[in-house]
Amino acid sequence: MNAPGWILVILQTGLVVLAAPLYAGWIKRVKALLQNRTPPPYLQPYRDLRKLFAKEIVLAETTSAIFRIAPYIVLGAAVLAMSVVPLIALDLPVTAVADAVVLVGLLALGRFFLALAGLDAGTVFGGMGASREMMVASLAEPAMLMVIFTLAMVASSTNLSTVIMHTLITPLALRPSVIFALIALVMVAIAETGRIPVDNPATHLELTMIHEAMILEYSGRHLAMMELAAQLKLLLYSVLIVNLFFPWGMALTQAPASVEIAMAAIFAKLAILGTLLAIGETAVAKMRVFRVPTFLAIAFTVALVGMLSFIILEAG
Amino acid sequence: MNALLLTLAAPVVGAILLALLPGVRVGALLNIVFCAAGFVASLGLASGVLSTGPVGGAEFYVDAFNVYLIVLTAFVGLTTAIFSRSYMGHEVGSGRVTTGRMRLYHSSFQGFLLTMLLGLSTNNLGILWVSLEGATLATVLLVSLYRTPESIEAAWKYFVLCGVGIAQTLFGTVLVYLAAAQVVPDTEPALHWTVLLQHADKLDPGVMRIAFVFLLVGYGTKVGLVPLHNWLPDAHSEGPTPMSAVLSGLLLNVALYAIVRVKMLTEGALGAAGGGAGEITGKLMMGFGLISFIVAGLFLHRQRDIKRLYSYSSIEHMGLMTFAFGLGGPLATFGALLHMTVHSLTKSAIFVTVGHASQIAATQLMENIRGLIRTQPAVGWGLLVGTLAIAGFPPFGVFISEFLLLTATMKSAPWLALPLLTGLAVAFAGLFRHLQPMVFGDRPEGQAPVKASLMPVLIHLLMVLWLGLSIPLVLARWFDQATILIAGTGLL
Amino acid sequence: MQQYSQLPLIEQAILTLAAMILASSLALLAQSRVVATIRLFAWQGVLLAVITALVALDIGDAQLLISALLTLSLKALFIPWLLVRQARLLNILKDSDASIRPGLILLMGGALVVFCYSVVQPIEVFAASVTRNAVALSLAVVMLSMLMLITRRKAVTQVVAFMALENGLFFAAVTTTQGMPLVVELGVAFDVMVAAVIFGVFFFQIRDSIGSLDIDELVRLSESGE
Repeated sequence: MNAPGWILVILQTGLVVLAAPLYAGWIKRVKALLQNRTPPPYLQPYRDLRKLFAKEIVLAETTSAIFRIAPYIVLGAAVLAMSVVPLIALDLPVTAVADAVVLVGLLALGRFFLALAGLDAGTVFGGMGASREMMVASLAEPAMLMVIFTLAMVASSTNLSTVIMHTLITPLALRPSVIFALIALVMVAIAETGRIPVDNPATHLELTMIHEAMILEYSGRHLAMMELAAQLKLLLYSVLIVNLFFPWGMALTQAPASVEIAMAAIFAKLAILGTLLAIGETAVAKMRVFRVPTFLAIAFTVALVGMLSFIILEAG
Repeated sequence: MNALLLTLAAPVVGAILLALLPGVRVGALLNIVFCAAGFVASLGLASGVLSTGPVGGAEFYVDAFNVYLIVLTAFVGLTTAIFSRSYMGHEVGSGRVTTGRMRLYHSSFQGFLLTMLLGLSTNNLGILWVSLEGATLATVLLVSLYRTPESIEAAWKYFVLCGVGIAQTLFGTVLVYLAAAQVVPDTEPALHWTVLLQHADKLDPGVMRIAFVFLLVGYGTKVGLVPLHNWLPDAHSEGPTPMSAVLSGLLLNVALYAIVRVKMLTEGALGAAGGGAGEITGKLMMGFGLISFIVAGLFLHRQRDIKRLYSYSSIEHMGLMTFAFGLGGPLATFGALLHMTVHSLTKSAIFVTVGHASQIAATQLMENIRGLIRTQPAVGWGLLVGTLAIAGFPPFGVFISEFLLLTATMKSAPWLALPLLTGLAVAFAGLFRHLQPMVFGDRPEGQAPVKASLMPVLIHLLMVLWLGLSIPLVLARWFDQATILIAGTGLL
Repeated sequence: MQQYSQLPLIEQAILTLAAMILASSLALLAQSRVVATIRLFAWQGVLLAVITALVALDIGDAQLLISALLTLSLKALFIPWLLVRQARLLNILKDSDASIRPGLILLMGGALVVFCYSVVQPIEVFAASVTRNAVALSLAVVMLSMLMLITRRKAVTQVVAFMALENGLFFAAVTTTQGMPLVVELGVAFDVMVAAVIFGVFFFQIRDSIGSLDIDELVRLSESGE
C-alpha cells in the first residue's frame, strides 16, 4: 500500500476541486482587464458557490428523479476524471487508470447526464441546449479521439502518464504530428468547455446558449454543483493541453522537493494558458451555431493530418 | 544542325515581328513568308537526316521518326497560312474579328508552330512537356478570338482540361527522371531521350509503369482520347477555321508522337523492346484507342455543327492511330506512321473547305448549309472528295493505312478486327449522312460564292491520292526507317 | 530505421513543413472566401520555397536554391498579386464561393491522402531519404488541388486550384528527385507565369460575354444540346 502515493492522490484531487473556481475566476479577471473593466476579487467565484450552496432548491413539478441525481453524477464524473489526469506527479497509484479512453468515457458520462437534465424539465430551452450539446459532442469526440490516437501512436500507449513520460524522456524533436494534435486539441477543448467562439459562458440570451441552457432550471446547491463541474471540466482540458504538450516540470518521483517544483510549474503554466484563453476570447467573435459543425470538421481534419503525418512522415 | 536552327528560328522571328507590326494584310503575307522559310529549312534538315543519319544528340535530336513529322508540320503550317490569308481577310471584312486581334492571331500562329517544332525536335523530355504546354497556351486565346459566349466557354474548357492533363504529364516526367537518376550517372542528361533509351533496360519497371500511365493519361488528353476528349470538339469548332485545321492536323500528331517516344522507353524498361500487344503499355494504348474510335464514330451521327462533326472524325482517327501504335509490330507501325501523314493532310484540307462552306452559308449548322456544289463547285467538290478520303475510300492514302492496320490486327488480335470494321462503317455512315444534303441539296436563295484559295486543298488531296496509289520509294524508305526505330524490325 | 527523434533538426523541419503544406492544401479545400483563398495560396508558395531551400541546403545543391527563389517570387508574390489585382478590377474580391458541404469535402480529402500514400509505395524507395516520406504528401497535394478544381464554382477559385496543382507538382519534383534540371524548371516556371497572365485576360473575356464569373453559367456547349 503506497501510503505517500495515496496521500498525494487525495492532495491532488482536493487541490483541483479547490483550484477550479480560482482558474475560472482568473480567466474572467483577465478578460475584464482586457475590456477595461474593474475585475472582481480573486475569491469571488468561491463566494458565489457558497451563496448558491446556502440557497433553497426550487424544483419544477415536471422534473423526475434524474433532475435531482444528475448534478451529483455530473460533478462526480468531473472529479473522477480530474483525479485521473496527471497533474503534478507521474508515479502515482492511479496512473494505471489514467487511460485516455477512460477519460473520454468519464467525460461522456457527465455529458450524458447533463443533457438528460436539460431535457428533464420539459422546457424548450433545455431541449435546445441538450440537442446542441449533443451535436457538438458528436463531432468533437471523434476529433478528441483522433488526437489521443496520434499521441498514443507517438508514445505507443494510450495511458496518459506513459505519453507524458515519453515526451519527457525522448530528446526534443520537431514533430508535425504533435503540432497538429495540439492545434486540434485546443479547438476541441474550446468546443467541449463551451468557450467563445463556440458558446459564450457569460451570455444571458437564451437562444445563443448551449451549456447554460441545460442548467437553466437549476437552483441552490444543484446549480452550485453544476457550475463547479463546468469549472472542473475547463481545468481538466487546460491541464491536458499543458501537461500533454509541455510537461516539463512534472514530478517523476514522489519526493517532496520535486512535488513542490511541479506545483509551481503547473500553477505558472495554467496562469499563462488562462491568459492566452482570455486574450483569444476577447479577440474573436462567437460563431453562429450552424458554423460549429464546420469548425469541428476542421478540428477533426487537423487531427487527422496529425495522425497521417505520424504514419507517413515519422514512422518511416 | 544549321538546318534545324533555321527551322526553329523562322517561327521565333515571325512571332516577335508579327506581334509588333500592325496591318492585317502585311501580317498575313509575312505569316506565309515565315512559314515558307521554315518549310524550306525543314526540307534541308530532312535531306540531311535521311542521308547522314540522326542529327543532334544533346538537347535536340532529329531521327527518321520525327524529321518527317517536322516536315509535315512545316508544310501544313505553310498551306494553312496561305488559306488563312483569304479566309481571315473575309472574316475581318464581315466584322467577326477586329484588326487588333489579328495581330495576336498572327503572332500566336507563329508561336504555336514554334512550340510544335520545338516539341518535335527536342531530346529533353522536360522541354517536350514545356513545349506542349506552350502549344496550349499559344492557342487558348485564339479559340476565343470571336468573343462569343460559346467560344469563351470552349477556350475555358480547353485551358482547364488540357492544363489538368498536362499537369499529370509533368508528374509522369518527374517519375521518369526519378527512375533515370538511379541509373544515369550524370543528372544533366538524365531527361535526354537518347540517353534514356540507351539505359532503358536498367530503368525500374515499377516506376516506369506508373510513369507511363500518368504520361498516357496526360498526353492522351491532348490527343483527344475518350474519355478525356471533352475539350476537343468545342475548341476545334469555336476557333477560327485555320486554327481548327492546325489543331486537328498537327497538334494531335505531336501529342501522339510524345506518347510513342515514352512507350519506347517504357517497353525497354519492361523488357519487351520492339513493342507488343502483350505488355501493359500496348494494352492500354489499344484500349484507349479502340474506345475513342468507337465512341467518336457513334457521336458522329448526333452532330449538328459541321466543324464538330469533323473534330469527332479527328478523335476517331487519332484513336485508330493510338490503337495501331499500341498493337506494335512493323505492319501496324508502318500503317500508323502513314496514317499520321495522310490524316494530317486530309483533315487540314477538309477544314479549309469547311471554312469556306460556312462562310458561304454564313452559319456552321449543317442543317442550314445546302447545295454547295451548285453555289461554288470547287468548295463542294473539295468537301466531297476530302470526306471520301478521310472515310477510307480507295485509292486514297487513308485506305492503305487502314488496310495495313486491319491486316496487322487480323494477324495478332483477330477478334478485334470486327469492332474495327464495324466502327469504320459506322463512321462512314455518319459522315455521309450529314455530307450528302450539304453538298447536293437544293441551293438556297441568295447564296453567293466567296473568294477562296483552294490551292492548299488541291495540293493536299493530290498528295493523299499519290500516297494511296503508289508511295514514292523515298517516302517508303523514310517510313521504314522510322518503323525500325519504333518497332524493332522494318517492313521492307 | 532511424528513430524520428534522432534525425537532424533540418530534416525534422523539412518533414514538418511538408505536413504544413498538406494542411494548407486541406485549408484551401475548406476555404470559401476569395481573398482568403488567394492569401492561403500565397502562404503555400512561401512554405514551398522554404522547404525547397532547406532541401537545397541539406544536399548542397545550388540549382535547387535558385528554384526556391524562383518559386518564392513567382508563386508567393507575383501570381497572388496578379490574381488579387484582377479580382479587385472585376469586383469579386470580397465574394465567397461556398461549397455545399465543406465537412464532407474535407473527409474526402482525408481519404485521398490515405489513397495517395498507398499508391506511391513502389516509388518511394528511390527517393532520397530526406524527403522519402514526403512523396506521398506531394501526390496528395496534387490530388487535393484537383478535388478543389472540381468542387469550385467561380472562375477565380478554380484558377487558384489550378495554380495549387502546379505547386503540388513542383513539390513532387522536389521530394522525389530533389528538383529537375534547371532548364526544365525555368521552362515550367515560364509556362506557369504565362498561364497566370492568360487566365487574367480570360476573366475579363468571361465577364464581358457571360456577365458573371460563375462557371456554372458555362453550359452552352454540351453533347445533349447538340
